[in-house]
Amino acid sequence: MSTRENKQETNQSVPRKSNNQNGTQHGLPSGNAKRLATGLGWFSVGLGLTELLAPKTIARITGVSEKRTGLIQLYGLRELAAGVAIFSQKNPAQAVWSRVAGDVLDLTSLSVACLSPDAKRGRITFATANVLAVTALDVMCARQLGNGGHKGIQAKAACIVNREPDQVYAFWRDFRNLARFMNHLESVEESGDGRSHWIAKGPAGMKVEWDAVIVADEPGKVITWRSLENSDVDHAGAVQFQQAPGGRGTIVKVNFQYNPPIGVVGAAVAKLFGEEPEQQLDDDLRRFKQVMEVGEVVVSDATLLGNGYMDQRPGRPADAGELEQAESVPSQVPTNYESTEGRASQR
Amino acid sequence: MKANCWYGKTVMRVEEVPDPQILNQRDAIVKISSTAICGSDLHLYNGLIPTMVKGDILGHEFMGEVVEIGKQVTNLAVGDRVVVPFPIACGNCFFCKSEMFSLCENSNPNAWMAEKMFGHSPAGLFGYSHLTGGYAGGQAEYARVPFADVGPIKVPDHLTDEQVLFLSDIFPTGYMGAEMCDIKAGDTIAIWGCGPVGQFSIRSAFLLGAARVIAIDEVPARLKMAEDGGAETINFREQNVYEALMDMTGGRGPDACIDDVGMEAHAPGIIFAYDRVKQAMMLESDRPHALREAIMCCRNGGTVSVIGVYGGFIDKFPMGSVMNRSLTIKTGQAHVHRYLKPLLSLIENGDIDPSFVVTHTMSLDDAPRGYDMFKNKEDGCIKIVLKPDVNGNGNAVVH
Repeated sequence: MSTRENKQETNQSVPRKSNNQNGTQHGLPSGNAKRLATGLGWFSVGLGLTELLAPKTIARITGVSEKRTGLIQLYGLRELAAGVAIFSQKNPAQAVWSRVAGDVLDLTSLSVACLSPDAKRGRITFATANVLAVTALDVMCARQLGNGGHKGIQAKAACIVNREPDQVYAFWRDFRNLARFMNHLESVEESGDGRSHWIAKGPAGMKVEWDAVIVADEPGKVITWRSLENSDVDHAGAVQFQQAPGGRGTIVKVNFQYNPPIGVVGAAVAKLFGEEPEQQLDDDLRRFKQVMEVGEVVVSDATLLGNGYMDQRPGRPADAGELEQAESVPSQVPTNYESTEGRASQR
Repeated sequence: MKANCWYGKTVMRVEEVPDPQILNQRDAIVKISSTAICGSDLHLYNGLIPTMVKGDILGHEFMGEVVEIGKQVTNLAVGDRVVVPFPIACGNCFFCKSEMFSLCENSNPNAWMAEKMFGHSPAGLFGYSHLTGGYAGGQAEYARVPFADVGPIKVPDHLTDEQVLFLSDIFPTGYMGAEMCDIKAGDTIAIWGCGPVGQFSIRSAFLLGAARVIAIDEVPARLKMAEDGGAETINFREQNVYEALMDMTGGRGPDACIDDVGMEAHAPGIIFAYDRVKQAMMLESDRPHALREAIMCCRNGGTVSVIGVYGGFIDKFPMGSVMNRSLTIKTGQAHVHRYLKPLLSLIENGDIDPSFVVTHTMSLDDAPRGYDMFKNKEDGCIKIVLKPDVNGNGNAVVH
């Protein structure tokens, strides 16, 4: 139904702010950072295994009291977990940051160990220097991975809707409607003057908000918008409407760009789109088409809790708890639903 | 309510599950009076269709009484007796407007999965994996029917369930298989597979003007039923199919061939072993023996109609034969909605009585036993109808 195109292709119809010209880079980490992360992963596994299996040796090398072998083994487990996490994630930024947290813990433990009466100061200083060097590597790697992950989320998709361009345009032009089919949006409110306030759903109930302004607006043809200069999130979007040949409705082409800042907001925005922003936009447009052609988002038993692969429940009716949970997935819940005659009397 | 749920390869369980609810405004809830096990359910039963989830309710051939309707369903009323088509179709999209209902663009919420597998998504289907929507099926006491203003057809009270139930799938499917042959007066049609769909293809081919129908299978009960329908038969365990067909048609071959078998074909000898091993090793998902043979047997310039279900990939496909001999291949899941009214008239006029195909009736409680029986073709089993309102005793009523 909808088509996806190469995400590295730039599209001139997306308005961009001058300070974000580099935002067109794709969202995966660079090869170097990725290779470094893999190295750090193996380092974690090696050190973790040694700490776990030969805690006394580690105590001797670092100059820590041999009474501390239990703690060393525990840190070994932590190292192993960090290593496994690095290998199992497509963008292991989070896992590498967890290594940084571990480094801080190691450094704290070493300085505490220094106070112990049977501590060997020289060895502890040597160990501390080593941990500091690794910490620097970890921070560098995590930042590189993080930058790659947060920079320029871009998506492009198209669909064909069995309606006239004017009708499709009018529905889209009322930005409040976008939250009916775009999963990452909680609401969009128009505030007049072509301005609108957008609220997106972040992880763990967090909200990400920004104001946007319409840049171009040609009825039945195109709408482009971008976030205001002082927004937390640098966002731009464009939608084009083309009459399909032979009276077969309207071809709708959408471009999206988010250039989130580094930091908590940026991480939240990155998380909204996950690893496949194109797939998300594709699914959004499928729901858009459903709303335009059918009047509401179509749900099956399996997709009640969202239609990602991990969200699927069995193809069987939901119980009361699951139905309630489904209502917290706004775009999955049918619009304007009203129950008909009471079923109790029917069965 | 009770429902027949899939729990893995050849593991079915009838369990208590929540009743379905109206979820979209064009839904209806149907209290099921009769439901059937389809040959294509056996592909799910045998674990050959991907994207199944433990607990999925199967079943896409069902009928019953409307007990609840969504706000926007204006053509049905509570109490109506309806048969429900197995593809789910919105009625508004390009394909529904073009009467290609099994290609509806809006009814598969998991279209993204199907796009990865097939390039584009077909319509959502009842009880047929998450790839086609993850809708609960009709082997249950109740079912939610989306787009109830488009799909279900009201049926008159004087016809029995067994006479109209198969409008849901196998009658339109068999009919479309024959219709795709573009039958002209005097045509000879060869049909691979004498299961329930094949039986309807045989009778539909005659209804559409075929002079001669030759049916191919290995199961004596099925071949007998084909002969009862007026077909000549070939048992592929006893005869070489190509040689027999050439002998019967003076070497020209049948004018059109219908593949009513699909992805789990059986064949004699080494070819079957080759495909079975490749399928088991996941090197091909489907065993296309019937299709290959239908292509090789079809006359020059003839039509090969593929209505048996395929799920994925095949190999050793004789494209050279198709191209050099100007063959036409037509295929698709039946656009059931298109055939409901004309086929119901055929039943009402007495041109055909679809109940001939039913060999066993069982309680819904005994569905797992029914699957096993159907798979192994025990006791002359060709078609099983399940009754949700009858208590199970492990036995089937044999017709």
